[in-house]
Amino acid sequence: MIRPKLELLDIDLVNQIITEGIAILENPGIRVHNQEALEILANAGAKVDFQAQVAWIPEKIIRQALKTVPHEFTLFDLNGNPAVHYFGDKIHFDPGSGGLTIIDSQTERPRLPKTNDLIKFVKLVETLPQIDAQSTAFVCSDVTPEIGDLYRLYLALNYMNKPIITGAFRKDTWWTMKEMLSAVAGGDQALALRPTAVFDVCPSPPLLWSETTCQNLIDCARFSIPAQLISMPLAGATAPITLTGAVVQHTAESLSGVVIHQLVKEGAPIVWGGSPAIFDMREGSTPMGAVETWMINSAYVQVGKALGLPTHAYMGMSDTKIVDAQCGLESMGSNFVAATSGANMISGCGMLDLESCLSFEKLVIDAEMIGMVKRFVKGIEVRDNPIALSLMQKYGHKGEFLTLPHTRKWYREEQYMPSDVIDRASYEGWKSRGEKSTFERARDRVEKLITSYQPTKITEELRQELRVITLRAAQSFGMQSLPPLPQGE
Amino acid sequence: MENELFQKMAQSILDGDSDAASALAKEAVDAGIDPLEAISKGFVTGVNQVGESFASGQAFLPELVMAGEAMKAAVATLEPEMQKRGVHRTMLGKVVLATVEGDIHEIGKSLVGTMLSASGFQVYDLGVDVPAARIIAKVKEVDANIVGLSALLTTTMVKQKEVIDELDKLGLRKKVKVIVGGAPVTRDWVQKIEADGYSEDAIGAVAVARHVLGL
Repeated sequence: MIRPKLELLDIDLVNQIITEGIAILENPGIRVHNQEALEILANAGAKVDFQAQVAWIPEKIIRQALKTVPHEFTLFDLNGNPAVHYFGDKIHFDPGSGGLTIIDSQTERPRLPKTNDLIKFVKLVETLPQIDAQSTAFVCSDVTPEIGDLYRLYLALNYMNKPIITGAFRKDTWWTMKEMLSAVAGGDQALALRPTAVFDVCPSPPLLWSETTCQNLIDCARFSIPAQLISMPLAGATAPITLTGAVVQHTAESLSGVVIHQLVKEGAPIVWGGSPAIFDMREGSTPMGAVETWMINSAYVQVGKALGLPTHAYMGMSDTKIVDAQCGLESMGSNFVAATSGANMISGCGMLDLESCLSFEKLVIDAEMIGMVKRFVKGIEVRDNPIALSLMQKYGHKGEFLTLPHTRKWYREEQYMPSDVIDRASYEGWKSRGEKSTFERARDRVEKLITSYQPTKITEELRQELRVITLRAAQSFGMQSLPPLPQGE
Repeated sequence: MENELFQKMAQSILDGDSDAASALAKEAVDAGIDPLEAISKGFVTGVNQVGESFASGQAFLPELVMAGEAMKAAVATLEPEMQKRGVHRTMLGKVVLATVEGDIHEIGKSLVGTMLSASGFQVYDLGVDVPAARIIAKVKEVDANIVGLSALLTTTMVKQKEVIDELDKLGLRKKVKVIVGGAPVTRDWVQKIEADGYSEDAIGAVAVARHVLGL
């Protein structure tokens, strides 16, 4: 069996990109607006200007970091079972995160989400088998903005079993989020041993670590919480216009992250991830649905693999404002490229409008795409030997393959079984089912899935503890009470 | 002869060629041509053509931005001559631009600056992560009549309101119009903080700036 694999770069180009990425860190160097990181780099032998806040990292240090970085790690679900293996070409999917709005199921237009929306989203993700991990999908507008990041995690932990990809918006809230994860895991050590969460940490293009995200990176390393680097060159605006140029910048930024991270703790888990895009030269926007965006992603994933790191990409998204045809074509193309490129975690399902909006219906539709691409990368297996000779000799002139045990044995292996979101009925069949559009079928499925959600085994004690932690944080920012969780849950 | 020079000036803007624009500006000065005419008949013609080209989908942002840079170069070269003659360009207004405190997103704001500057506004771009106090100080220093505030994060968006409140407190609110922008900014937000205007993109920002000044 050949695992279908997409590689856009030949090995010489990959090496040249890596060489240039390393050279960039020596000249012009990397801007690091974090005092602790600058000290760490200086102590390791990098040349550092503490005033200008720039570090020049010699190749030796970079190579050393690449030696200690782990080539794989596992995420566990909340029952303690291994759930996501960041390794090789294994692909997993989680929803996009950091969204600001959601598509209202009735109006099909965006609105600000609230607590109940996020809870519904988390439950939906739990019921979708194609999706491997949760994400802290969107910010809830019914809490004070300062706790926007940790509040999402608090809600998710109440309703999830799957591991989660998350991220902090501040330095202090990272600690609150860690405290929550630790409480659920049974302590910092337990959490390090069986991580249930990954934190996204983002350098700013070009070549800058901000104080907050750099601190998140350091803190993750310290506690062995997997850090997912999200370098996001915007080709033509905050990065070179050429696709290769953007990948070179991604390499430099990501290498700097690996170095700082490994200097804090050798062997701590880290992911070579990102969210680059081209810059649209008409709208001045950053289209995730552009084919060139997918190409940049595929290329940097290839570089990450060459360096032996687990990989990630922000793919499977669309730039449309509503869940329409463009939404479908962009998400599918993107998912296909990501899956065949073999990124270990592919973030983005359910997300649209230039990485700013989430939709329950799109999530359900994307789940079908994910099912398809997962089937695709399983490739074509021989199954039998001879393949079909004996079959044809026995039944070739009768043609009733539907009746054969052989068909029954293999059909579920050979075919991905889509849900009724995918319409393959006859015209009359489609008519008799209400002449529904994809969006309408998806909306029906959302409701059906929500009713099938099974509460997790989280104890009342733990829920209390999480609430106390979250409330404390809310009150420190002037919000006296939290929105109530739905009754009877 | 003059017309030929004016045409070349317009072309240098179309080409986004800062060196050529500068050189042609110097040529005009040496030839004793009125700098204001050089601007209005030469360079601005080019700016308008680029604008039209962009609107019709034939030119894109790189052409627009480079045209803006070339315009800046031409004007800078003509400045000393304008001062000598005691004339000045009638600017449409003075705009202080900034990305608010805690936010480091810049592209949109820079594009707005380029568009405004090319359209005849005097732009003071304070960069990113700018505390309200510094914005206010600049407004007072240059006697600005517009403040443009950019934010890309819901967490930093609130700083836009902070600047508006400060201007209010100092009694400057009537004189200084506030326009806001950035991905999380919506019409609802604009109404809530009582800003004077907003544009979804840099191209529309010029019209908004003109509108809030009643031009």
